[in-house]
Amino acid sequence: MHPILARPGRLNPYLAACMPLAAILAVLLGRPGAGIRNYEAVAMAVPLTCAYAFMGLSVWYVCRQFRFRRPDALRSLGAHAVAAVLTSCIWVGLAAFLAAAWGLWAPFDGLLQRLRPQGLALFALGLLLYMLAAALNFVLLALEAAAEAEQREAELAILARDAELAALKAQIRPHFLFNSLNAISGLAGTDPERAREMCLRLADFLRRSLAVGERQSISVSEELALSRAYLSVEELRFGPRLSIEEDLDERGEPCLVPPLLLQPLVENAVRHGIATRVEGGTVRVGVRCAAGRLRILVENPLDPDAPSRPGGGLGLKNVRRRLAARWGGEAYFAAKRMPDRYLVVISVPAERVA
Amino acid sequence: MIGASSELRVLVVDDEAPARSVLREYLERVPGVRVLAECANGFEALKAADAHRPDVAFLDVEMPKLNGFEVRELLDPAILPVFVTAYDEWAVKAFEVHAVDYVMKPFAPERIASAVARARERLRARDLPTPSDVAAAARPEGRHLERVVVRDGPKVHVIPVARLSSAHAQDDYVEIRSEGKAYLKSQTLGSLAAALDPERFVRVHRSYLINVDFLARLEGYAKTGFSAVLTDGTRVPVSREGHSRLKPLLGSDGSDSGGG
Repeated sequence: MHPILARPGRLNPYLAACMPLAAILAVLLGRPGAGIRNYEAVAMAVPLTCAYAFMGLSVWYVCRQFRFRRPDALRSLGAHAVAAVLTSCIWVGLAAFLAAAWGLWAPFDGLLQRLRPQGLALFALGLLLYMLAAALNFVLLALEAAAEAEQREAELAILARDAELAALKAQIRPHFLFNSLNAISGLAGTDPERAREMCLRLADFLRRSLAVGERQSISVSEELALSRAYLSVEELRFGPRLSIEEDLDERGEPCLVPPLLLQPLVENAVRHGIATRVEGGTVRVGVRCAAGRLRILVENPLDPDAPSRPGGGLGLKNVRRRLAARWGGEAYFAAKRMPDRYLVVISVPAERVA
Repeated sequence: MIGASSELRVLVVDDEAPARSVLREYLERVPGVRVLAECANGFEALKAADAHRPDVAFLDVEMPKLNGFEVRELLDPAILPVFVTAYDEWAVKAFEVHAVDYVMKPFAPERIASAVARARERLRARDLPTPSDVAAAARPEGRHLERVVVRDGPKVHVIPVARLSSAHAQDDYVEIRSEGKAYLKSQTLGSLAAALDPERFVRVHRSYLINVDFLARLEGYAKTGFSAVLTDGTRVPVSREGHSRLKPLLGSDGSDSGGG
């Protein structure tokens, strides 16, 4: 629908804006020596201008279909030329019909005959008006496109923000927090020194999480530090059941990744892997950098009988989504459950600080 | 009999050592409470319960291999469970609805004391939660049992439902068949059927239930009734009602469900 017709209250100002055109048309028609009386000129000009005003609105559809873009510019020019001629013809036809109709009434006797010499001029004027209408419609289309782009951009920004918030919220799980507080409470009775240590480790983890949440990218080494801070809290909770093995490539550490990429994977490895095994196990974290690609691996053993617990899928989905948002098809993500272990592999272009 | 002053014998079951020690400390502050043992998992809990005969078991919900609800299933039903959870809005609501006792982490000493008082009350009134109360508290609406736990003397079997082919009611027990073996569990067939996914497990007979994934074919005899042949060769009787329950799940390919 045309933007002027789409909302009530826009049509009247538009028609009012057309009235100066009606005045000009009346002056042209009634100019001395043309044999048209002044009231006849007005009686012709006002309805004809209004008619063109509506025909001009339909030019919008032609403008929308045929824009002057590089490969189709000529085709568009042709289409607009045809539309201009057609519109003009219809308009001149309307003028003839109107003049004939007025002519039935005595004061306008013979108007059509007297108007005939001006037919060609009217046709030319119609072409001119078409150009005016097309220009107006192109401006409207451009405005609309700009508004749409702005809205899309705002929507994208909201989506990105939502993803980040979800990542942050998912990352500090209430379960983890309450269990850690309970562990501190427990250690405070039996081993106050370790209780203090756990307070510090938990504080360190929370501080790091809050600090990275605002940023677009962090280095792999910062992300590793965050994961270590998380694991150091869990080590105090799980005791000897949890151990960690790192296999790092120093070329990978300065690479940039979105924050909270590795930590949720490590947390999943503990929650859905180590915590499901009576004897616990080892979480392995690997970072490799070769041929312009950064590869991150997280592997953990799991209880083969453990059903897939809810919650894990969401964290992984979030990581996958954030990778796709940043690198699109360039990012590779795979999560694989084998009978006795779980493996997550990420491969992305290696980006470093300039 | 347990009175307000008599000794209350308690088992503490949690896989995290700091959590066990704080719970023991708060429990021992309550007069008349004796903590018999601390257990790091369900297996230890079953052993300790056999050895010490506790009145109450504090069971952490999230534990490896056997979760708190499964431990309760395998324990002597005369032992009152008090579940322990860190954060689960759904579970807390379910505990309230089904009158199942629980405490939250981090523990508050007053909350532990009132849980003990309530436990004494319930034991005195012999008002223990029924297995179906606990089962309802263990699973949100619309979620189905994912594994069945069976105790066989000192051994505990954890059977994922995907490997459970059929179940047969025998008085107060069900015989569960999985991978060619049979396990006896003290549970009614009805309550087992209620916990399983109805899209997959069908009560084909008053005393039989089958996993349609294991159905090889249906053999029908108009007079003698139907019988289901499972992929392991077992033959299970199918009643008229069972047949009509089975039919919509089999689709257009007739008797063969294609699973296995």
